[in-house]
Amino acid sequence: MNMHTPSTSAPLSPVVLSVEGLAKHFEMHHLRRTLFAFENVGFDLHEGEFILLKGENGAGKSTLLRTLYRSYLPRAGHAFYHTKEGIIDLAVAADVDISLLRRREIGFVTQFLQARPRVAAEELVAEPLRLAGTPYARAIEEARRWLAAFDVKAELWAAYPSTFSGGEQQKVNLARALILPQRLLFLDEPTASLDRQARHALVARLAELKAAGVAMIGVFHHPDDVAELIDREISLGIKAIADGAYNVAE
Amino acid sequence: MNSSVSMTSGLERQPPCLMLASPILTIRGAEKSFGDVRALRGVDVTVYPGEVLGIVGESGSGKSTLLRMMNLEEMSDRGTYHLDLPGREDLDLFTLDRFSRRMLRAHHIGIVYQNPHLGLRMNNTSSGNVAERLLMAGERNFAVLRAKAKESLDASEFPTARMDARPSELSGGMQQRVQLAKAIALEPALLLLDEPTTGLDVSVQALVLDTLKRLQRERQITMVIVSHDLGVIRTMADRVMVMRNGEVVEQGLADQIFQDPQHEYTQQLVHAKL
Repeated sequence: MNMHTPSTSAPLSPVVLSVEGLAKHFEMHHLRRTLFAFENVGFDLHEGEFILLKGENGAGKSTLLRTLYRSYLPRAGHAFYHTKEGIIDLAVAADVDISLLRRREIGFVTQFLQARPRVAAEELVAEPLRLAGTPYARAIEEARRWLAAFDVKAELWAAYPSTFSGGEQQKVNLARALILPQRLLFLDEPTASLDRQARHALVARLAELKAAGVAMIGVFHHPDDVAELIDREISLGIKAIADGAYNVAE
Repeated sequence: MNSSVSMTSGLERQPPCLMLASPILTIRGAEKSFGDVRALRGVDVTVYPGEVLGIVGESGSGKSTLLRMMNLEEMSDRGTYHLDLPGREDLDLFTLDRFSRRMLRAHHIGIVYQNPHLGLRMNNTSSGNVAERLLMAGERNFAVLRAKAKESLDASEFPTARMDARPSELSGGMQQRVQLAKAIALEPALLLLDEPTTGLDVSVQALVLDTLKRLQRERQITMVIVSHDLGVIRTMADRVMVMRNGEVVEQGLADQIFQDPQHEYTQQLVHAKL
């Protein structure tokens, strides 16, 4: 295995995530076959660094993000996450530990809302703050500020997002995903189908988080949206190699 | 790792290292046979404080037997059961006599059944049903009983103006709220939910789930929810255990079970969802 060629552009800030030899297959039992998503992926992600994940459709970009977030189970490899308490391998960490990390410091930002019945938009956005111990009134106030920033109309704040249009749902979801300052963020096409103001608010928030040291790796349909944030690019795909930061075996 | 879990792919998961709290519930090697039928075959369960564990599986998978065991209604043929209660950490609950089980259940375990007749006296008042739980725990002052029952009904989003109505006069959704109020009246260490919304209209189901979700958020109640309805489990659970023929075939984070099911049976189950 040939992983971890040091990147010349790598910042000197501490490593947050160190991925080694990560692989993902899907065993599709009803088809009696295995789908190979990616093999032998390795890279380091540093504090305050923003990595753009590139590759053709189906190259496994979203799959990689979901595997790191552990919505998918990796087949092999490591994803060493550096916490204040020590290093934990996300590839094999206990489910409860992953739950804890998701609540405290690892976020996943996607275009899809996990709509929950009968929960108001502002409640949904405020929830991560509330789980982190912010009092109700202050959490709601902060949630409203973010809904406003993402241009969600005030008359919708107390309504149920399950009834919203796709674009509005996405804004609620982004506000929720970004309201807490995480340490590590996975971004799965968060700008797709956003209007200009919401996209602007999103990029401004990402810049703010980056400046605060949040490490980010993401897939963007239009990378131009976040051009100013990108420190490094990683390509995923059969035999494709960018900046030596990783390898993909066929 | 649960010994009864067979992973078809993926890596062996490590024991927790960041979660510092002890599990609130630990069951090891639960076995149950009814005649020739083996309802449970060496099941392990671990639940941490504040977690919601969902158990799915088809009829006959053993999920309800397991829940009844957690509620000490059913004893295991083998194995151990510990709840992390102050001063009782080392007590194997499977060894308790009937009376001790009943007292422990009254104080520390709440349950909501699919069938409200199992959980409620249908011809007592709703407030009386809730107060019964408090009485069992030793409360004797009528004013206190009534105030506490009201508070619990209110937390379950039951209209307290109707607190003296009999469950037999109430709708299915309201009956479930009375059961819930009774179950949480003593702030149990563990709340068990056995198909709590099965049979309710979809809109009522959403309201009841919302109440459960809110209670969980505000009180951090540890819950175990059994349902054959994957939508309910997906809405409620942090972690999911998939059961079949008395065994756990797979367990994982809820999003992983639904997005990347490993076991053939789980894949069938998830893909069969409408």
